[in-house]
Amino acid sequence: MSAGAASPLLASGAGGAAPATMELDHSWRRHAGRAGGRLVLGVLIPLALALGWELAIRSGLAQGRLLPPPSRILGTLLALAQSGDLRLHVQATLLRVALGFVAGAGAGILVGALTGTLPVARHLLDPSLQALRAVPSLAWVPLFILWLGILETPKVVLIAVGVFFPVYVGVSGAIASVDRKLVEVGRIFRLSRLALARRILLPAVLPGTLVALRTGLGLGFLFVVAAELMGASEGLGYLLVDGQQFGKPDQILAAILAFAGLGKLADGLLVLATRPLLRWQDVSRGVL
Amino acid sequence: MLTIQDLAKTYADGTQALAGLTLSLAPGEIVAVVGGSGCGKTTLLRLVAGLDAATAGLIRLDGATIAGPHPGLGLVFQEPRLLPWLSIAENVGFGLADRPAAERRTRVARALARVGLADHAGRWPRELSGGQQQRVAIARAFVADPRVLLLDEPFSALDAVTREDLHRHLLALWAETRPTIVLVTHDVAEAAALADRVVVMRPHPGRIHRTVAVEAPRSGDAVAHLRTSRVLRALLDESLAPSARRAALAV
Ligand SMILES: Nc1ncnc2c1ncn2[C@@H]1O[C@H](COP(=O)(O)OP(=O)(O)OP(=O)(O)O)[C@@H](O)[C@H]1O
Ligand SMILES: [Mg+2]
Repeated sequence: MSAGAASPLLASGAGGAAPATMELDHSWRRHAGRAGGRLVLGVLIPLALALGWELAIRSGLAQGRLLPPPSRILGTLLALAQSGDLRLHVQATLLRVALGFVAGAGAGILVGALTGTLPVARHLLDPSLQALRAVPSLAWVPLFILWLGILETPKVVLIAVGVFFPVYVGVSGAIASVDRKLVEVGRIFRLSRLALARRILLPAVLPGTLVALRTGLGLGFLFVVAAELMGASEGLGYLLVDGQQFGKPDQILAAILAFAGLGKLADGLLVLATRPLLRWQDVSRGVL
Repeated sequence: MLTIQDLAKTYADGTQALAGLTLSLAPGEIVAVVGGSGCGKTTLLRLVAGLDAATAGLIRLDGATIAGPHPGLGLVFQEPRLLPWLSIAENVGFGLADRPAAERRTRVARALARVGLADHAGRWPRELSGGQQQRVAIARAFVADPRVLLLDEPFSALDAVTREDLHRHLLALWAETRPTIVLVTHDVAEAAALADRVVVMRPHPGRIHRTVAVEAPRSGDAVAHLRTSRVLRALLDESLAPSARRAALAV
């Protein structure tokens, strides 16, 4: 801290409330300023590239047939939005991700809790699950199509499988690494098995579980693309296929932009919704 | 009345941590347990607290055999072990879940006031200093009025000034309901200042070497404390290896 900043605090003595808040205010503003500065730095390169490309095409230096200028991509996105098509495709994609995520994450939490707490379940299930996990999820696609047809079910199942494994591994790992010392606190106070699970295990595994859910959600978006590429009549993945077949790179890039926005938004919402549960944590302040 | 009879503990790897340890404590008595590192002090407390099972021997509280954690027994670990997801007040009230909310509130408030942390009730454990966290852990153990309190070097990580402060808090809490206290410590002066009786342990296998009565515990009689401290230090040195003895004398 500089001497100039400290002296009003020292001089004002007991009536130092006002300078103190000013001091806080300043440091807050400095902090926000620094965060803003980082943001500017982060978008500098993509912005410069986009602008450069735009100018190159406008000035006739490049053609832009395969890589359309940013203005055309945004225009396509806008047109899709205005016609209502974008809403339709986003809805279809989001519904698949949501269904697959809920099913996969639910199963992952359930099985992870089971193998994490019951040794019998762990010895019985974990080896098989680890073996299945080693199979790249996309390898199941032909089988799913054979078994479940080409409509919604195989898509949702593929997403669910993709979400299941990281959540399962995260939850069972979080349970396995719960601090024995805290469990002993529960034992000293003679908690029943159920109370021990609710009052010690559950809060202790919450941070790890939420990290696993975030990873799972990310994979959900990864696998929805794969699922929609294997054949769909709507969804952002369909826009990709359609754009490829009819030579519309601007539509492909518009869909990619939409994916980026949706993924970031979903992740942000998940973090925001679970933040109140983790207020006690000593870490992860100012992340995101 | 807490009685420990021929207590023995051999760990799965063959380590004989305790053998034939016998000790009995009168209600309201404060007994300090001192001894070199690895002589079985923590093992003793864990057995009495019911966290581990003894290999042989009996532990009785008022005639009833103890096998497993007991409502009349409280334990303060060497580290605070606060639950990071609970506020300070919730941590102190952790063992009172089956009591009515009003009783819980008054008990927690009283215990926090006793350790001088009344205005920290709503904070998170991470926002407290190490000494403050240790005080919360002591309040948590005291809050349900246990008949016996086991303290495992609760002050060892603290500086001398904070430690004396905590001694006062501990005695204030003790004066309310006068539980039996077993205090494990490395600090001979601490043992002499707080305990009625000091038990000196020896390792391989862990057993009681000597028991020394403190002549004027807690009376502030400096000469008596000094005498007791000297006796204890001599005993302790005798039970330590030469290298450890040099270190102990340097203290
Ligand atoms: N879980 C365990 N498994 C095997 N041996 C153990 C275990 N816990 C303690 N021991 C051994 O038992 C002996 C007594 O250990 P204990 O922790 O009771 O000592 P202590 O007197 O509390 O020492 P310190 O003053 O360093 O805390 C030591 O030799 C230790 O290595
Ligand atoms: Mg110990």
